[in-house]
Amino acid sequence: MSRSRLWPVHLVLAIGAAAMVAPFFWEFLTSVQSFGESTRIPPTFVPSWEWSNYTRVFDSLPFGRQFLNTVLMTAGRTIAQLIFCALAGYAFARLKFPGRGFLFVLFLSVLMVPSQLFLIPQYQIVSELGWLNTLAALIVPGMFSAFGTFLLRQFFLGLPNDIEEAARIDGANPLRIFWHVMLPLARPGLLALGILTVLWSWNDLMWPLVVNTSPESMTLSAGLATLQGEHLTEYPVLMAGSLMATLPVIVIFVVAQKHLIQGIAFTGSK
Amino acid sequence: MTTTETRVARAATRAPGRRPRGDWPWAYLMIAPTGLGLAVFYLWPVVQTVYFSFTEWGAFGGHTWVGLANYQTLIHDPAVGHALRNTFVYSGLVLLGVPLSIVLAVLLNTPKLRGVSVYRTLYFLPVVTMPAAVAMLWRWIYNGDYGLLNYGLSLFGVDGPYWVSDGRVVLYAMAVVGVWTLIGYNAVIFLAGLQCIPQHYYEAAAIDGAGRVRQFFSITLPLLSPSIFFVTVLTVIGSLQMFDLIYMMMDRNNPALTDNRTIVYLFYEAAFVNNQRGYAACIAVVLLAVILSLTVVQFRLQKKWVHYE
Repeated sequence: MSRSRLWPVHLVLAIGAAAMVAPFFWEFLTSVQSFGESTRIPPTFVPSWEWSNYTRVFDSLPFGRQFLNTVLMTAGRTIAQLIFCALAGYAFARLKFPGRGFLFVLFLSVLMVPSQLFLIPQYQIVSELGWLNTLAALIVPGMFSAFGTFLLRQFFLGLPNDIEEAARIDGANPLRIFWHVMLPLARPGLLALGILTVLWSWNDLMWPLVVNTSPESMTLSAGLATLQGEHLTEYPVLMAGSLMATLPVIVIFVVAQKHLIQGIAFTGSK
Repeated sequence: MTTTETRVARAATRAPGRRPRGDWPWAYLMIAPTGLGLAVFYLWPVVQTVYFSFTEWGAFGGHTWVGLANYQTLIHDPAVGHALRNTFVYSGLVLLGVPLSIVLAVLLNTPKLRGVSVYRTLYFLPVVTMPAAVAMLWRWIYNGDYGLLNYGLSLFGVDGPYWVSDGRVVLYAMAVVGVWTLIGYNAVIFLAGLQCIPQHYYEAAAIDGAGRVRQFFSITLPLLSPSIFFVTVLTVIGSLQMFDLIYMMMDRNNPALTDNRTIVYLFYEAAFVNNQRGYAACIAVVLLAVILSLTVVQFRLQKKWVHYE
């Protein structure tokens, strides 16, 4: 197609993109308005740059603590999933053992069940272990993933066989082959799973909300929920808090975009 | 390098796929962490939840077997019927966003188009944003008195409603947000599907005189149907479990909340607010049944419209 006929495509895409971005733009503008400006009609499009809204978030919430909780939860879940899912995914893809088919179906069945069916017993376990309001409650149940195992199994299936065979003839055991040969080759798959897990953990709401109810042990998403209750009408502070809670993931997304997109496209193609 | 090559050559002489028998202890070892974790935190809990759905929970812990009592209560509970209806309406509305994603993906797939990665980034922002923050942002835009939306409408002389506290419109308002957050995600899956369609189909169609619209309906849609099916199933499963939006957008004292609860919100209330864990388990089992049967129906229907090459 000639370049001149591309402008209608650009026009439609640009209008759509504006609809995607405009709410964020408004969120930012509100976050630097004074309370008075935020309740004015017509709306204030040139704010008075009240940056103090951002510091006020820290006065209303243990924001730094909740930020740290969210980082630790996300890191803990992601690192554990990458290790555990890669191990299991490799075994399912490349090793033969009795009960492989049955176990794999069992793993997959977890994917088909909505998370609400796990929630009450998970809560019981965590509460009986005395983990309520601790980091362990946020991290441990999220360390295991049927989805991740499946994703990495598909990835390992797609890798060539011969290098592995060579290592095997040299007498390396499966764990060594996995670690020294296969894992480096699986880097794109690991990155895709890693960024998906970061995203889902960071944004998770219901589980953190249920297990960690004291402000000091909450995650950002649950913290935002309480902030909303306190400052019902103070939207500039709410918007400043939301923006700060969201920003790290957006930065990660912009940096590692390629891997996230590949991961999602990969799940769609299987 | 030469040693690797000889190794590969030696490996090739072995029968492909043959493994020494000593593999299986290693395999179990490697599966053990995830296997045990899934068993303890996911598989056994499903069994427990099904069991809990036949029990009633006392105020001080402990539970007693009550047979089908929870299910009988549930059938006659108007709140459940209402919540199911709301959930279906919401899911149906969110599904309307799927064609939008297809159009977006087709546009992004235009040959020689520049700036695709910029567009993709922008359309993807809502996908990666924390749902709790997204809900809060839209709640502000939807604000009846000072919200941007009603200001925009007022410019056209329209007096907009209180979007999140008016029971007649709140499901629609939330569905708009649902679509807004899903468009980019679904478009990425469609884009991957589109890139698998061989370009020569279009060239052949163009030679036969088919215009772009005709090509879209005769080539793109049929060949994209596996992706459409996948996205539809995912979207339905996801939107049937809607919780974050309603929890963040509607306060506990919102007058429209009672009539607009979704099924998962009802589950959350029963399990963790009202401490009726047996009844909550029962709701969860019903949700599972709904999701499974809808998915089975979709898999049945796909034979009629999904083309696999």
